[in-house]
Amino acid sequence: MTQPNRLGIGGRIDRSRKFAFRFNGRLYEGHPGDTLASALLANGVDVVARSFKYARPRGICAAGAEEPNAIVEIGATEATRVPNVRATQQALYDGLVATSPNGWPSVDTDLMGAVGTLAGRFLPPGFYYKTLLSPTLWRRAEPALRRAAGLGRAPRERDPDLYDHMNRHCEVLVIGAGPAGLAAALSAGRSGARVIVADEQEEMGGSLLDARDMIDGRPALDWVTAVLAELSARDNVVLLPRTTANGLHDHGFVTLHERLTDHLGASAPLPDGRNAVRSRMHRVRARRVVLAAGTHERPLVYAGNDVPGNFVAGALSTYLRRYAVAPGRQLVLSTNNDHAYRAALDWADAGREVVAIVDARPAPDGDLVSEARARGLRIVAGSAVIEVRGGRRIRKALVAPIDPVAFRVGGPVETLACDTVASSGGYSPVVHLSAHTGVRPVWRDDLQGFVPGEVPGLLSAGGVRGRWTLAEAIADGLAVGCAAARETGFEGPPTAAPEVAPLREGAMLPLYQVPHVEPPMRAPKQFVDLQTDVTAAAIELATREGFESIEHVKRYTGMGFGTDQGKLGNLNGMAIAARCLGQPIARTGTTVFRPNYTPVTFGAIAGRHCGELFEPRRVTALHAWHVERGAVFEPVGQWLRPRHYPRPGEDMAAAVRRECLAVRTGVGILDASTLGKIDLQGRDAREFLNRIYTNAWSQLEVGRARYGLMCRDDGMVMDDGVTACLGEQHFHMTTTTGGAAAVLDWLEMWHQTEWPDLEVYFNSVTDHWAVLALNGPKSRELLAPLTDIDLADEAFGFMEWRTGKVAGVPARIFRISFTGERAYEINVQADCAMHVWQALFERGAQFGLTPYGTEAMHVLRAEKGFILVGQDTDGSVTPEDLGMQWCVGRRKPFSWVGRRGLARPELQRPDRKHLVGLKPRDPAVVLDEGAQIVLEPEIRIPMEMVGHVTSSYFSPTLGHGFALALVRGGRERLGETVYLPRADGRVDAAEIVRPVFYDPEGARQNAGPETKGRDGVLARRPAVESALAHRAGAGAARGPVGLRIEELPFAGQLVLRGRGEDPAFADAVEAALGLALPRTPLQFVGEGARGLSLQWVSPDEWLILVGRDEAEATEQRLRESLAGHFAVVNVSGGQTVLRLSGARARDVLMKSTPYDVDPRNFPVGKAVGTVFAKATVQLRRPSPECWELVVRRSFADYVLRWLLDAGEEYGVAFVSGRSLNEDSPSS
Amino acid sequence: MFQLYCPVCREARAEEEFRPKGEARIIRPPVPEAASDEEWADYLYFRTNPKGLHTEQWVHAAGCRKIFLVVRDTVSHEVAGSWALGEAPVVVEGAAEGDSR
Ligand SMILES: [Zn+2]
Repeated sequence: MTQPNRLGIGGRIDRSRKFAFRFNGRLYEGHPGDTLASALLANGVDVVARSFKYARPRGICAAGAEEPNAIVEIGATEATRVPNVRATQQALYDGLVATSPNGWPSVDTDLMGAVGTLAGRFLPPGFYYKTLLSPTLWRRAEPALRRAAGLGRAPRERDPDLYDHMNRHCEVLVIGAGPAGLAAALSAGRSGARVIVADEQEEMGGSLLDARDMIDGRPALDWVTAVLAELSARDNVVLLPRTTANGLHDHGFVTLHERLTDHLGASAPLPDGRNAVRSRMHRVRARRVVLAAGTHERPLVYAGNDVPGNFVAGALSTYLRRYAVAPGRQLVLSTNNDHAYRAALDWADAGREVVAIVDARPAPDGDLVSEARARGLRIVAGSAVIEVRGGRRIRKALVAPIDPVAFRVGGPVETLACDTVASSGGYSPVVHLSAHTGVRPVWRDDLQGFVPGEVPGLLSAGGVRGRWTLAEAIADGLAVGCAAARETGFEGPPTAAPEVAPLREGAMLPLYQVPHVEPPMRAPKQFVDLQTDVTAAAIELATREGFESIEHVKRYTGMGFGTDQGKLGNLNGMAIAARCLGQPIARTGTTVFRPNYTPVTFGAIAGRHCGELFEPRRVTALHAWHVERGAVFEPVGQWLRPRHYPRPGEDMAAAVRRECLAVRTGVGILDASTLGKIDLQGRDAREFLNRIYTNAWSQLEVGRARYGLMCRDDGMVMDDGVTACLGEQHFHMTTTTGGAAAVLDWLEMWHQTEWPDLEVYFNSVTDHWAVLALNGPKSRELLAPLTDIDLADEAFGFMEWRTGKVAGVPARIFRISFTGERAYEINVQADCAMHVWQALFERGAQFGLTPYGTEAMHVLRAEKGFILVGQDTDGSVTPEDLGMQWCVGRRKPFSWVGRRGLARPELQRPDRKHLVGLKPRDPAVVLDEGAQIVLEPEIRIPMEMVGHVTSSYFSPTLGHGFALALVRGGRERLGETVYLPRADGRVDAAEIVRPVFYDPEGARQNAGPETKGRDGVLARRPAVESALAHRAGAGAARGPVGLRIEELPFAGQLVLRGRGEDPAFADAVEAALGLALPRTPLQFVGEGARGLSLQWVSPDEWLILVGRDEAEATEQRLRESLAGHFAVVNVSGGQTVLRLSGARARDVLMKSTPYDVDPRNFPVGKAVGTVFAKATVQLRRPSPECWELVVRRSFADYVLRWLLDAGEEYGVAFVSGRSLNEDSPSS
Repeated sequence: MFQLYCPVCREARAEEEFRPKGEARIIRPPVPEAASDEEWADYLYFRTNPKGLHTEQWVHAAGCRKIFLVVRDTVSHEVAGSWALGEAPVVVEGAAEGDSR
């Protein structure tokens, strides 16, 4: 097929190559350099869409982001389809497939015309408000309307492409690379400031890409080329073409959306077998933003202004000069200003006929007007196109003299035959971004437009603030770029403005809606918002019905609700509302613009925070074992925990039954490493416990542990756990798995804000200690030969802890039981956990040692009536409600957190809900968790609900279902029967019983035979495993390696706490370590030879890394050297170090952390705690070549998977963490 | 997406590194048992929620773990400054000029 509207010469397209593409199933040809819109116009495609409400045929009318009609879906396959793409912004590529979402069955047939006419009758203005009053009608109408209205749809298949985010920091962000933006970038760039330039088009240059002007006596594009050459040669400037600034947020934060491959194909290509990134969200923190977004030309509002062939004047110049496309033969131009004359001159240059220039001004007289006259073009002054007629293309234009002030036609109507009408009603500054933080644009009468309001950190340049001539725009850009850089402390040499021939332009005449011979309500449709089919009559009707606020008019009519946010139509709508209300536009005001400026694909918003990387998955040191054993996992907080370990043929019920019985009759083991663990050190640690827990801690001796409840200050239970006394000033607190971070936060908050005088330090040791919980009557027999700890009950009683070795590894054992059985919770450093676990299983085979998961754990604890905070409590439950008065220390002297709250009268009422047990009458029934409890079996409406089930299971031990429940006055109802209606109408009956179903005397915790022997002998020496040992072999790169990741495992790691401002403390540290304590924030010192480093973390916290196996000795030296208030905590097992190097390491960091990793901000010797993906890390720069991440062990797997994914496009290699078995020193 | 200055680390950092900890200077009655139910409820539940300047607590969760004070305009989100605990100037709550949104 030929391209009938393609010009033989000119344009920025490559005629030597052809691209084939499909639009609505039909095959066309275009050239590299085309947009989809220019290629469609070149092929003479007039109708590209059917309108939203009236199903009228619509054609392309603009050339940029403001295009309201040519909204298409792109993509050859379901998975790669992208809805809501403006054909004017989509670069053409070979094989492109595009379809119109609306127009059913096709935009060319008139089938929808009838429906549209019908729908138009049913969809008067105010449709939204009026219809929402009747939900039934809306429900019925919605599906049909959506199909008819062409809103497009999301793809139904998974998107195969990669998307990502990149965090950037700069002094000056320039938005828009037209004359003002390029000039601003030039002067800011020369100052040395970091500059980012973002422009949404395929090429930078903005209006200069189709300008007639000369700069320095040469075509304007030569200046563009020279400026871009200088900018791209600067290492302080980043140029981002195909990048839309979509949102301007608080404190200089701007989201840029860069389309990296959309111009190449429907799916990202795969160079070197690697996945390229399709689009990228740059999250820019800019100290100054220069908004140089230019203007959008406004069309005039006249009858029939939506018939294909109607264009915004400037778009014609763009198509003619940039794409060598003349989208018609005979042009009528209707204008109220000089600038639009360019369209007619360009049209004539292309050898096409200019039928007339219709100018609303009585006496136009600028330079361009003179040029048009000189070329013999007919100018009809004091007139306008009042109506256009045609079906699928314009046939004629009706022109008449008008009186804009009286708003009437002032003379005879002349009919001009033509196929193209261009109009210009002036220029609207693109103020959108300036309004995103809520600042209102400001009306300027002289411009007949809104300019940006005062936004902190935002400077406007060029057209967006009314500097409309080329000379003005460039001069303004240079000055503003300079000022922006200066405000951030960068001063550059003065940049001289280039020579631009002055152009005299006559004043514009305010004109929006063109009067018609008929009154507006009876004239043929005059469209204001083409995308939502809002007419001038609709706006007039809105004002008549009493809507005076422009926001109300907008909601009443739907104006500006389209995906284009009314870029072309809004101001016309406001002007019409103002005319109808008889008030100035400034008083009518403007609507609020919100992010995003143009639609953004969800992929770019999600980045790599999706699928497997959606959130951190924390794993324990035993995770690989669980996986190999076929465990079924469940998420608990961010952790992945084995829920049960099914054997072949077992379902969950069977597996849980087997696991429960093993614990009750033999021995089972639970990986309880996920429990939160907090180390407390300091003179006042005990007093702090007294204040933060409900029960008393004054008497707890070293070697013993105690269960504690924590309340909020309103008296409601917030967490629980066991805390052990390790030394007079040293405690080990455990929390629930999900509550760990919140509890540490809670302790810090009370300490920092209420009781800073208490001497105590809190540190998380959750990741350092793996917890292997042996439970069951045979646990002692199993464990005894593996440990040197005396397990006799007289030597090691219930709720005590001992230290010694297990399987040759230093361990702390707690005699704590969450099942009611004899139990030993073995705590070992996480990198030894696998060794100990396997040793237990080797010996455990003869006892049938059974791993059990969280589901069996829940059954076993519930049988004992042990609560699970967050399941049996919900933030409205007091210790007394739980029947745990025994855990409330009423006589403690300090008013502990929650005590005063519990004294409130509401919490003293006898009819509060109590935790009780429920025993279903039918032993086979397992009640639904969450089921409501009523007092009668017959269902009436309404019914009084007296409580609900909180935990419910089948007990293999008891042989029946059972539940825990909160029931109003439950403890006074023991023995009563209550009823639980199900959704299907059946009703279960259950008896209220005490919540302890199993072993109420507590005899089982000491059950099991006495065992002799405490030899602690082990056949082999312990093996250790690094956090990432299981990922060995991941990330084997093909081709070049841009990112190298190396795990540096087994460093000794200590957290040191103390008063950094105290010279004696610093001296003592230096004496112990031989290295001065860094006391400047973010400082990091090291001695590579000794593997020693010291990092400032806060004024009272440092991270010390020492060589392998040196942690204990170092801790000892510190303890001997230090005096007063300090803490040393060994976290060697809880953290690992990843070293990143390679040419693209910094790019990968920019994808991962919001922290500014530019060497200007991050010199060698700096270390920061920051966010990395969705984890928290210490990021350090030990040398110019590499970076270190200190990562918590449980997050290491997530961080590595993130790095492998983020580095893929650059090539990534991972050198695995090792597992060391000391039996074979060669490994 | 805010940027806050941590007075402890002495750097401006992205919002992701922080967690809000509510209005500052909520005084826990020094002798809770002497507080009336009304006073106690006021301490627990009632906050000023001003339109304009607001003194609030944030914790540098990903960094130094220290709580500090921020004076922020709740309408424009402009931050007047950050201070270590106990060092912030006393501001008149809601004193900034709010627009009519
Ligand atoms: Zn900090």
